[in-house]
Amino acid sequence: MAAKSNLVNMVLVLGTTCLLCSGILAGAYALTKEPIDAAAAEKTARSIGEVLPHFTETSYESVEVDGKTYNYYKAVDGDRLVGYAVESTVVGFGGPLSLIVGITPDGVVYNTSVLSHSETPGLGAKCSTDEKFIGQWKGFNPAEKKLSVRKDGGDVDAITASTITSRAYTLAVENAVAAVKAIGGDVNAHTGASVKPMEEASNE
Amino acid sequence: MEYFLIIISAIFVNNIVLAQFLGICPFIGVSNKLSTASGMSMAVCFVITLATLVTWLINHYLLVPFQLEFLQTIAFILVIAALVQMVEIVLKKVSPALYQALGIFLPLITTNCAVLGVAITVVTKEFTFGGEAHLLNLGESLVYAFATSLGYGLAMVIFAGIREHLALSDVPKAFKGVPIALVSVGILALAFMGFSGMVK
Amino acid sequence: MSKFKLITDGLVKNNPTFVLLLGMCPTLATTTSAINGLSMGLATLFVLVLSNMAISLIAPVVPDKVHIPVYIVVIATFVTLLQFLMQAYTPSMYETLGLFIPLIVVNCIVLGRAEAFANKHGVLESAFDGIGVGLGFTLALTVLGLVREILGSGSVFGWSFIGGRDGMLAFVMAPGAFLCLGYLMVLFNKFLKKD
Repeated sequence: MAAKSNLVNMVLVLGTTCLLCSGILAGAYALTKEPIDAAAAEKTARSIGEVLPHFTETSYESVEVDGKTYNYYKAVDGDRLVGYAVESTVVGFGGPLSLIVGITPDGVVYNTSVLSHSETPGLGAKCSTDEKFIGQWKGFNPAEKKLSVRKDGGDVDAITASTITSRAYTLAVENAVAAVKAIGGDVNAHTGASVKPMEEASNE
Repeated sequence: MEYFLIIISAIFVNNIVLAQFLGICPFIGVSNKLSTASGMSMAVCFVITLATLVTWLINHYLLVPFQLEFLQTIAFILVIAALVQMVEIVLKKVSPALYQALGIFLPLITTNCAVLGVAITVVTKEFTFGGEAHLLNLGESLVYAFATSLGYGLAMVIFAGIREHLALSDVPKAFKGVPIALVSVGILALAFMGFSGMVK
Repeated sequence: MSKFKLITDGLVKNNPTFVLLLGMCPTLATTTSAINGLSMGLATLFVLVLSNMAISLIAPVVPDKVHIPVYIVVIATFVTLLQFLMQAYTPSMYETLGLFIPLIVVNCIVLGRAEAFANKHGVLESAFDGIGVGLGFTLALTVLGLVREILGSGSVFGWSFIGGRDGMLAFVMAPGAFLCLGYLMVLFNKFLKKD
């Protein structure tokens, strides 16, 4: 059973425990840092892979649009520009809704993926599982279709009973498209040409 | 306006007990009587706000600059335990009346997950009050913590009122005590779900 | 008192959820599906066994007046270790369970077993007590998760039997947690508890 308390052994035991435990944790932190970073890197690589066609390398950059900073991954295959995977966060129904939006250099959305959300389970949360909703973003061309939900006169099919989440999702895509436009210009000039015809061919 | 949103959101929309499931043990444990329930709520309110202040400062001025975030859990719980002890000692000296009222609840609060839960939430979770996702600053954190604990008090007092009635009703044997209490909380939570989506 | 009895006691007679009513917060919050409940249970089991063992070892030298803070530091250490391991090897489950992983520190079951059992018993017995109580907790969480998943999402361990249609959503949300746990407790009282 427990020892009798006096000031010396109280300070000694509590101090030693704290030191020892911090030491153990510092060691464990150093040991697990590598796998933790690897897991995070793998997750990012996987989400970029989901939203863009085949690429070999990415670089992490950022661009400012209307005072808001967007981080994006610029993906290249050899020296050909494949597209941009833009991280876009908006306010959803229950809190932040973070997407990664893959956009090819011609401005067409290749695919989207939810990074994190706090939407209502079974309703707004479907934005990451409902195939009909997710599917419509593949090859969505903002130049031809209007980026807002049908209720607001656009071309996006909203998730049943989750108009607010759908609007937020659409806004996130819209922001990402705007971000790519802001990056755009000169990049398109020397690499876009080789990509554009291929995309058009596959669209027809 | 932003503070107002935080307050409404923390009290009603994301009520700490009915939507976030924090602090359930004392919620079930001491809500038999209205008087103890309000005493406990006041003690929790006091400790949550104070603990959030201290842990927020520690996180931003000690853990983050020295890259010691991995000690977050251990540092926060130690701070909370020490804080609760200190509050107890100070209260005993300064205001014996308040100590009489809150005293028996204070030691229980160390292991009330609402306190640690709120302390961790305000330094790790991004909120979208006022449009953009961001971590809360000190002022917002304090308002959030205080409003959250008000929400705790609200849920606690409503529930204690219900339980005082439950105690007088004829409940089937297998339902007696905690089971019927849980079923009632479920219905209460259902009612609070009506607030969801009110604040974004 | 066999080791086997220590384990079965934790499962039914001293079941932390249905009998002792401890650790309600993670029980209600993380059981949105069977697999989430199971993971939360196993995470708690991990901390419970290790902290029980460590505390049974250090208990004789810990002065009485500081034993709570010392125990909490020990428990918090194992919880942080668990956080590292989960971040490294099961990152998506770590995100799903979120806040409730660090909150294992204040799970009354862990400190409760340290106070009621581990500080009076040997390392091996404490370990088995941890396994028993941990399994009891895991069982309760998995059952609750399973019931909520069946009612709320119409699936069992992620396998849907209603073909993509919606279940009764209220059961995966907050009210369903309280209702299901309440009714499960009624069944437990009726059929398993011996007066």
